[in-house]
Amino acid sequence: MEIPVMVGAGLVVIGVGLGIGKIGGSAMEAIARQPEAYGKIQTAMLIAAALIEGIGFAALFAV
Amino acid sequence: MEKLLEEFSLGLFVWQTLLFLGLLLLLKKYAWGPILNAVNEREEGIKNALSAADDAKKEMENLQADNQKLLKEARAEREAMLKEARELKNKMIDDAKEEAKEEAAKLVAQAQAAIETEKKAAIADLKAQVADLSISIAEKVLGEELSNKEKQEKLVESMLDDASLN
Amino acid sequence: MFLIENHNFAPILYNDKNLLMRSKLTLKAITLIFFFVPFFVMAGGDAPKTDKKAEIKAYIQHHLQDSYDFSLFSYTTDDGEHKYIGAPLPVILWDEGLKVFASSKFHHGETLAEVDGNYYKLYHNKIYKTDAEGTINYDEHHHPTNVKPLDFSITKSVVMILITALLMFFLFRGLGRSYGENNGVAKGVGRFFEPIVLYIRDDIAIPNIGEKKYMRYMPFLLTVFFFIWFLNIFGLTPLGVNVTGNIAITFALALLTFLITNFTGTKDYWKHIFDPLGDSMPWYGKILLYIILIPIEVLGIFIKPFSLLIRLYANMQAGHIVLMSLIGLMFLFKSWLGSPLSFGLAFAISLIEVLVALLQAYIFTMLSALYFGFASEEHEHHDEAHAH
Repeated sequence: MEIPVMVGAGLVVIGVGLGIGKIGGSAMEAIARQPEAYGKIQTAMLIAAALIEGIGFAALFAV
Repeated sequence: MEKLLEEFSLGLFVWQTLLFLGLLLLLKKYAWGPILNAVNEREEGIKNALSAADDAKKEMENLQADNQKLLKEARAEREAMLKEARELKNKMIDDAKEEAKEEAAKLVAQAQAAIETEKKAAIADLKAQVADLSISIAEKVLGEELSNKEKQEKLVESMLDDASLN
Repeated sequence: MFLIENHNFAPILYNDKNLLMRSKLTLKAITLIFFFVPFFVMAGGDAPKTDKKAEIKAYIQHHLQDSYDFSLFSYTTDDGEHKYIGAPLPVILWDEGLKVFASSKFHHGETLAEVDGNYYKLYHNKIYKTDAEGTINYDEHHHPTNVKPLDFSITKSVVMILITALLMFFLFRGLGRSYGENNGVAKGVGRFFEPIVLYIRDDIAIPNIGEKKYMRYMPFLLTVFFFIWFLNIFGLTPLGVNVTGNIAITFALALLTFLITNFTGTKDYWKHIFDPLGDSMPWYGKILLYIILIPIEVLGIFIKPFSLLIRLYANMQAGHIVLMSLIGLMFLFKSWLGSPLSFGLAFAISLIEVLVALLQAYIFTMLSALYFGFASEEHEHHDEAHAH
């Protein structure tokens, strides 16, 4: 049985969603713990989120 | 991906690139340059004004410190002058006192000397007068006594008593 | 855009509180009316439900794509004739010589355009060269095999780009001039944008690029931010143009970021890509790792701007699809419960879209600045290696 590409893309997107959610949550915790490092945490968060998001887009547009 | 490539329009891409680059250059020259410069200048101005205010404050403080110093010096000088004056006064008074004392002593000495001479003169005078008087008295007494025998004896006797006492 | 600007300036214009409230309400009402007029008109008629579904789908598809004429809305008369309200735009083709003609010649794809003995057909929003009958030949995947002439037409998107560019130019030139005329204090409409310019400088450019080199990138960052933001906002107006949700536009923007990043890249930047481990390992140890590492790093150079272009495209595209689908639902439900519900949803989503419009512009600028920061970074690898 062949798994449709759509399903694979969906799985990837679920993974990406979980990943970005984790990044966002961790960043929030980090900011709550160290509010003075807000800028640095935000930058690091955006970089990581952007990299993961790229994978999500790749999956979406590979369909 | 296929859908993306199908949607891609070369014409739109070319127009977008051209227009965006044109906009970028125009805005760089006429907008962002002046805006960023003005903002930077303003911030620079504020910074300068703040530092100038700081400098003025420092200068003020320096001035105040100087004033304080001057005041202190002036006070010390006054104190010194006053002290000097007081010393001078004291010295003058002392000198005057000394002088007065000396003068007084001199005067007293002179007076004493004068008194002494006067006294001496008076004593000499007195002595002469007493001698005169005693002679005259003696003349008179003697003249009288010698005429009386009893009295003569009495006299000799008293004189002898006196002499023994002496 | 104009309506939203009015929103922002309403507090400045009116001091009276009642007047303010009333003006806000009327503005909202006007915004809503303008926003929904095209769709009311579009969805009119008594066609059966399945037809309507297909019609809405086609309408959304049509809206998402670029168009050769600036049509505000269209309707069907009682005779079954399609009427379009809008203006035709020039079509510029390069097909053995420059061909320029008005897009009204296509009659919205209903007729062929004949120019200098050549026939062009508008088919699925693309121009194909055809014979006099307008036949389209297909290959086995049902793709047209007809010749596509090079197309440099002034489309709806190009017009919107032009309008945005002019608006930005006059707005920011005005702001730039007001400083000189007003003794260093901003004046006029541009004053509203001064804090945003400062925000981009102080919170995007300087932290990511650094105090020393940020000035070089500022014009691009500012232009790209306002360009994307304005076009995103324009996309939410009744004009309904989906410029930033077009792959060609985002591709052009990301390409510029890519080029600037790599052409201003310092020695350290390239060293980081081709020699990421530095002197921390002997060469024979590095070779094995580098067989894996270097391709990943090189791929990263391309993935970064690619995700940039896809992110903006996908976000704007998705926003428009969701918004228009919800509006379309109103006409599908036709019930007293469903329609207001989807109306409320559409309203909420359109508010979120206003936020997304700003957020996407911010993200694009922020990530561009980040990449520029990587490119212009100069740090001491040797010290690091010795410190460990």
